[in-house]
Amino acid sequence: MAFEGLSERLQQTMQKIRGKGKVSESDVKEMMREVRLALLYADVNLKVVKSFIKKVSERAVGQEVMKSLTPGQQVIKVVKDELTELMGGEQSKIATASKPPTVVMMVGLQGAGKTTTTGKLANLLRKKYNRKPLLVAADIYRPAAINQLQTLGKQLSLPVFSLGDQVSPVEIATKAIEHAKEQHHDYVLIDTAGRLHIDENLMDELKQIKEKVKPDEILLVVDAMTGQDAVNVATSFNDQLGITGVVLTKLDGDTRGGAALSIRAVTEKPIKFVGLGEKMDALEPFHPERMASRILGMGDVLSLIEKAQAAVDEEKAKELEQKMRSASITLDDFLDQLDQVRNMGPLDELLKMLPGANKMKGLNNLKIDDKQISHVEAIIRSMTKEEKEKPEIINASRRRRIAKGSGRPVQEVNRLLKQFEEMKKMMKQMNNMTKKGKRKGFKLPFM
Amino acid sequence: MGFFNKLKEKLTKQTNTITEKFKDGLTKTRENISSKVNDLVARYRKVDEDFFEELEEILIQADVGFDTVLELVDELKMEVKRRNIQDPLAVRDIIVEKLVEIYRGDEEEINTLNIQQDGLTVILFVGVNGVGKTTTIGKLAYKFKQEGKKVILAAGDTFRAGAIEQLEVWGERVGVDVIKQSEGSDPAAVMYDAIQAARARHADILLCDTAGRLQNKVNLMRELEKVKRVIEREIPGAPHEVLLVLDATTGQNAMVQAKQFKEVTDVSGIVLTKLDGTAKGGIVIAIRKELHIPVKFVGLGEKMDDLQEFNPEQYVYGLFAGLVEEENARTDDGGDL
Repeated sequence: MAFEGLSERLQQTMQKIRGKGKVSESDVKEMMREVRLALLYADVNLKVVKSFIKKVSERAVGQEVMKSLTPGQQVIKVVKDELTELMGGEQSKIATASKPPTVVMMVGLQGAGKTTTTGKLANLLRKKYNRKPLLVAADIYRPAAINQLQTLGKQLSLPVFSLGDQVSPVEIATKAIEHAKEQHHDYVLIDTAGRLHIDENLMDELKQIKEKVKPDEILLVVDAMTGQDAVNVATSFNDQLGITGVVLTKLDGDTRGGAALSIRAVTEKPIKFVGLGEKMDALEPFHPERMASRILGMGDVLSLIEKAQAAVDEEKAKELEQKMRSASITLDDFLDQLDQVRNMGPLDELLKMLPGANKMKGLNNLKIDDKQISHVEAIIRSMTKEEKEKPEIINASRRRRIAKGSGRPVQEVNRLLKQFEEMKKMMKQMNNMTKKGKRKGFKLPFM
Repeated sequence: MGFFNKLKEKLTKQTNTITEKFKDGLTKTRENISSKVNDLVARYRKVDEDFFEELEEILIQADVGFDTVLELVDELKMEVKRRNIQDPLAVRDIIVEKLVEIYRGDEEEINTLNIQQDGLTVILFVGVNGVGKTTTIGKLAYKFKQEGKKVILAAGDTFRAGAIEQLEVWGERVGVDVIKQSEGSDPAAVMYDAIQAARARHADILLCDTAGRLQNKVNLMRELEKVKRVIEREIPGAPHEVLLVLDATTGQNAMVQAKQFKEVTDVSGIVLTKLDGTAKGGIVIAIRKELHIPVKFVGLGEKMDDLQEFNPEQYVYGLFAGLVEEENARTDDGGDL
């Protein structure tokens, strides 16, 4: 059930082929079977998978792969390139009307996360683009949906336009635009009720709203965990309304999110944003390449790097690098490092982004406990300044004191010191290898 | 013909309306499994590898997990060989038979709720965001109320904006009390309050709502653990049911959800919601098989009475409903097949 990433599966296939000297057409076919499986496990729609495989096979059988010394990796590269391309190449932004206000309609199935996304989008527009959005509560059907949007509005200190649940959504939307013009709002975000794509009456209602308010954007909000049905939903909404883009929600879960590919393939509309958490700032632009990696189970190295860059203080990083070069790192520096790793977000999420992390047995289900870092922190903080700088002076009685001070067993203190010592040794070795090659990551004591 | 007609006969004898609902819910689109299977058996003259491959694909598109599909097809192949079947039409019956078999395994079907004869029954609802927990509680409250039970709802989703109000609206609609605290309060404390209230008011059923949470959020899953622990402590043997609410549109991730929630809260049953769309929720077959969690209810719409008890035969029948209809039509016309 736990499906390891495509890269691992392809490696297994390659091992069978290895030693042949040359990759034949049937070998490629076998590799393609693995690709097909990987995509199906990721919930990419079967039809999309089929046409995709056909396209990739043609390229893979071609010269570039056959002649390569590492055909397995070449295949992965071809697959990923094609996937990224299919996913939309570059990012696309939210529309701006030539004459404000820009009207955005949020549509989708029940429970996809429309209301939450509406709040997040408004927040993003204001924070990042300095806009003045108006939220419109047009979901008159679900109990307390209006209330939900109003609460979000309050949290964000943003105005919410509502006429209660006794007025038709078409009228609410129309009046909202008038109101927005009077109040000089430059964005109007209309939160519509969740509905099934096959519910004719409710779909008609959306068409009417569209007629009336002439939206600049119609964003289809889709749950990233959606399975094969994503194709039906997206096609139907697109055919009936002509959507302009997609927001993929709940991507902070552990789904591979193959729905993204299906939707993109059948509608050819860009995925504009992804929802990555329950907080109001957890909406980010969509990165096709990262999504491609995720679907294939190849880790999200890019996101990880960006997160690291955002969290690590540049000055400190330089200073640390100096120290690492001279292997004069102290436990204090180490503590700093820990803080920075922590700033990057929950550890298990970070781990998931590492390629091959899902190959390591058990890691998939492993919950990295942020507490463990706290323990390491507590131990180091229980040391004196001198001890932190010169850990070699820590003898048995000091160890006992540190253990008592941090509330951790002595063994744990020992383990930390030992690992720290090894880390230093490693740094020395790394320095000896000098500038040649990339620096290998060192192992943190809690990993 | 045989199995389908037997099945149909059996079902019509049962609850007519429920079957209708199932069918309505599952045949709203023409692009359903049954028409595809029909298409398949009509196109193939003999049962060969291609036939099976296409069958595989049809089932995959219903979100039946890949491994389950492979197993089913393997078993089908064996059965076909054993019975020496050449005609694709005959395979159709076995497909349904085997699917029900795979779903059931060796276990006895337990799709009824564990309701206490006397005293309070506590039912805890868990699941990821947006699957329909609160709506399901509303519907179930209505159902119990109809049965003459005294029901109390606990507004345990103290996190999502408007969640408490949403449950309150349901409480009003159905005419049952809702125990709540303010937004942002400790859900475990809400449960404690609710249990005290349920006891004092001599309620029969306490339905506990919780905030939606993704199964990979460690802290939120711990919170859920605590909620359950508080209930356990207050009433030995409670919660009597922990129902995982699953969205039928969810793909393979539903299996991970089931696994994680089971680990944390010992899920006793599944409510499969939004089955009135075009999604089939085929993953429940794999979940039942691997994790032994039975589906207990299905949500087939937004109305109060749109919650039905699950019956695997009906479910599979629903998936293949078009088959029977078409076959009957064909027989009536003196069909050409």
